This record gives sequence, C-alpha cells and structure tokens, in this order.
Amino acid sequence: MSLTLETASAAPVTAATPEAAPASSSSPSYRLRNALLAAIFPGAVLIVWHLATYGRKYSLIPPPSDVALALWDLAFGGINDDAYSKTLHIHLLASLSRVYGGFAIALCAALPLGVLIGRVELIRRALDPTLQVLRPIPVTAWLPLAMIMFGLGPRSAFFLVCLGAFYPILINTIFGVRTVDQRLFEAASMLGCQGTAQFLHVVLPASLPAIFTGLRLGLGFAWVVIVVGEMTGVQTGLGAIIMEARQLSRTEIVICGMVVIGIAGFISDRIVLFLGKRLLLWSPSFA
Amino acid sequence: MHDASDPILCLRGVGKQFELQGQRIEALRDANLRVRAGEFVCLIGASGCGKSTLLRIVAGFEMATRGHALMWERPITGPGPERGMVFQDYGLFPWLTVRGNIGFGPSARGRPAQEVKETVERFITLVGLQRFAEAYPHQLSGGMKQRVAIARVLANDAKIVLMDEPFGALDAMTRERLQDELLEIWERTRLTVLFVTHSIEEAIFLADRIMVMSPGPGRIDSEIVVDLPRPRDVAAADFNDLRRELSHKLHSHHGRKAA
Repeated sequence: MSLTLETASAAPVTAATPEAAPASSSSPSYRLRNALLAAIFPGAVLIVWHLATYGRKYSLIPPPSDVALALWDLAFGGINDDAYSKTLHIHLLASLSRVYGGFAIALCAALPLGVLIGRVELIRRALDPTLQVLRPIPVTAWLPLAMIMFGLGPRSAFFLVCLGAFYPILINTIFGVRTVDQRLFEAASMLGCQGTAQFLHVVLPASLPAIFTGLRLGLGFAWVVIVVGEMTGVQTGLGAIIMEARQLSRTEIVICGMVVIGIAGFISDRIVLFLGKRLLLWSPSFA
Repeated sequence: MHDASDPILCLRGVGKQFELQGQRIEALRDANLRVRAGEFVCLIGASGCGKSTLLRIVAGFEMATRGHALMWERPITGPGPERGMVFQDYGLFPWLTVRGNIGFGPSARGRPAQEVKETVERFITLVGLQRFAEAYPHQLSGGMKQRVAIARVLANDAKIVLMDEPFGALDAMTRERLQDELLEIWERTRLTVLFVTHSIEEAIFLADRIMVMSPGPGRIDSEIVVDLPRPRDVAAADFNDLRRELSHKLHSHHGRKAA
C-alpha cells in the first residue's frame, strides 16, 4: 500500500526520532562542562573552609586536610591506628543494610496500601484521615517510643528508617493510581480489557512513574533518617559513629560520616534513577 | 452503494438526561438512527447538540436513560471490541510502543501470540507506520498517533468504528491526508463508520449520510444523503451546493444565537 507508506513518511513529524533530541546533552564536551560547572561551588566551599580553619590551634572545626586524612584512616588505616582505623566498611555495610532493609519493608507495606487507598473508596475513607494525621510527626519524635517498643538496637533503627521511607512511597503511589487518565480506562474497555484485568494492564503501568518517584524519594529519606535510626544504641553504622565521635569531640570523624552518607545516598539515588530510566523509557518525564 | 439490507446499529428513541449541580440536563432527546453495514455516517452539530453523547452511548461508555440502543438487534450494555472508538485525544497507552498499542486489544482478548504478531504487522503496514513500530506515543506526531488509534481498533476486529472528532486536533494538511487515508481504508475493509465532526466540509467529504443535530436539548434534526461519487472534489459545484444546504440547515436549526 504505497499511498499510506508515502504519506506517513511525508507527514509532519513534530518529535521525530528518539535519538535526535538528547544527542547534544550526552556529548563528551557537554558532560565535561557540566562536571566543571558542578565542581565550582564545592570547590569554593573547600577553599573557604580551609582558609577559615587551617593552622588555627583552637578551631573546633578541623580543616579539610585533617578530614581527608581521617577519612583515609577510617577506610584503610595506617595513619592514626586507633579504634576508628579501617572500620569504614563495617559501618557502611551496617548502614546500607539498615537503609535498604528499612526501605524494603517500607516498600512492601506502602505499595499495596497505597494501591488500596488509591483505588478502593471504602479503604481510603477508613485509613486516609489517620495517615494524614500521623504523617507530619517527624521520625525523631518516634525515637523514644521506638526504643520502648523495639528495644535498644538494630530493630528500632529498622523501624525508624522504614518509617522515613514509608510516607513518600505511600503518598506517591496513592497519587499515581488515583490520577490514571479516565480515557485510558475507556480505551482499554472498548478494546476488550475489562474489570480486574484493567488493574494489571492500565492502573499499574500508568502509575509506575509516580510510584517510581515515590521510591526515589523514599530511598532518599531512608538515608536522611539513618543517623536518627542509629541513635537507638546500635554499635555500628555511619549514624552510630557520628554520634559516638561527637561525644569524643572527634569532629573530623563526624564530618567523615557526613561525607560518606552523602556520597552513598547520592550513588544509591543514581542507581535507582538509572533503573528508572531503563524501565520507564516510554515516559516523557523520565526518558 | 453498500448493501442496504442489514442494519448493524439501531437507535430507537434514545434519550440521555443527567443531573449537574441539582439541575436536570437533557443531553439527548429522542434520537433515532439506523446504520447499515458498510455505511459511513457523520453526526454534525454545534457543541452541546449531543453528538458526542450519542457516540458514547453507542460505545457503551454511557447508558441511555430512555429508548433502546441496539447493535445487531442486541441491546448495548457496555463497551465491546466490536465497537471500536477513536478519540480526539488519541487515548493511546503511553507505556506501549506503536506495536504494543495495536496489539493491546488482540492480546487482551487472549489471541495466541503468533496471531497477535501477524495482526499487528498487518495493521502497522495498513497505516504506514513500519518505521515507527518501536516508537512510544510521546515520540509521534498527532497524525501518527491517530493512525495508531485507528489501526488499534481495526486490529481488534471492530465492526463499527466510532470516531469522536478524530482529526479535530490536527493541522489542516495532516487532517486532509488522514481523511483520504480513512476513506481508502474504509473502502478496502468495508468498515462501518460513525463519525462525529463539527466541520461541514469534512462531513460532506467523508459521509454517505449526514445527521444534522442541534442543541438545547440535543437532538437529530434532519438527514442529508450525500451521493457524490468518490473521490470528492471540495471545489466542485455540487459539493458547494451541499455545503450551502448543510450550512443553512445547521443555522436554521440553531437560530442565530448559536451561529
């Protein structure tokens, strides 16, 4: 059918091919410029920090070089050879397990609950008001109660991290499943996909971008609350060494903990974003 | 020009009322319509004349509050694949490729994978989108999206295609091209089409019969049979006569206030 073939290729193409648009944003020179641009601000902070602290005997804040040495010692040892030397992997692993463990529990609870609240009117009316009242309570406020309920130690940490990740996942899942375009239900039903099959073939795929945003935010919050979570009397973890080093006035270790949390949180967000881009190629907001 | 004996769609005294903020609104009153297999019927009228309501009742998205809507003598109780709908805003599934969108219906109805695949290829070719088979809707132009929407209902064995101002959001060039393509597909596949439009020219260019509707309450006022041979020349004298007649009917039904 040559006629339609020809007309299709001659049709005005507003957003032609998928590879046309992002070509400029992925070129090496563009990336290099971006990286340089992003380095200006932290570079300036480091310089100011250095000038303000270096060589002053009674500065409470150690200069960046001291922090760098402490970080090296924390990771590989060989400098101070004290209780902190070569312990980073233990603390990082402990925190990672709590962040991802708490996140996984939050995911398992928030995802089905969000879908139910979003799609079932009765459940929404029964649960939504309570959740809206509980939501503004900060994770720190839960700390004493968590320690009574779950005891001193990792179980409280899991609970608090889980709590931090729970609401972003829940809220975004509810939003996602509630805002599915009505048109898509009509399209599906006139094509023969009706009733409960629409959940799998319409609701779930249509709400994936919102759910995914919830996962990203949730994981971010899990990292944010890890220090609070590890104030519950656990011995290991990045939050735990921050609190312990604070009491020992080892401020360089405190800053090391902060830096590592920042980097770990950043990397874990990048991994999630990467997965999201692969899974949600179709979505203009992710691709 | 088509077999006049078998009515595929039949509306008898169909009316639709609904309440909006405590006010009773009559969207459609006493609509009677018989569409024979293979016919191309246009519904035309200003906004509020109930043409979309009528189409949505046939699609099964809304229930008539009065009268009977019958497909093959059986009452319409809900949406069904034999009545394919093409929306003005496309209604494509953004997470599926062109291929996935066209295969959605056949897969949902449990056709074997091999059959789905063959059907999809056949209809991608029919609408000339082979090069874009793996593209997602957000990467397509409006005209391409509407081609996918048409292919999607055809691939799903629709016996009557319901089109709700399908080319209303497209630019004039693309619109004309798609009108030509639609007629060609219609002639090749002996489809039945019920087409809502507010363009006089589009109605005369496409339809075997035009139902002229008017608002307040929405109703079918009159019918014009278009017996010009296809392909129709929009600049021809007899085309213009029909254009004048249809324009006159639309305006006299509406009164000056609706013009």
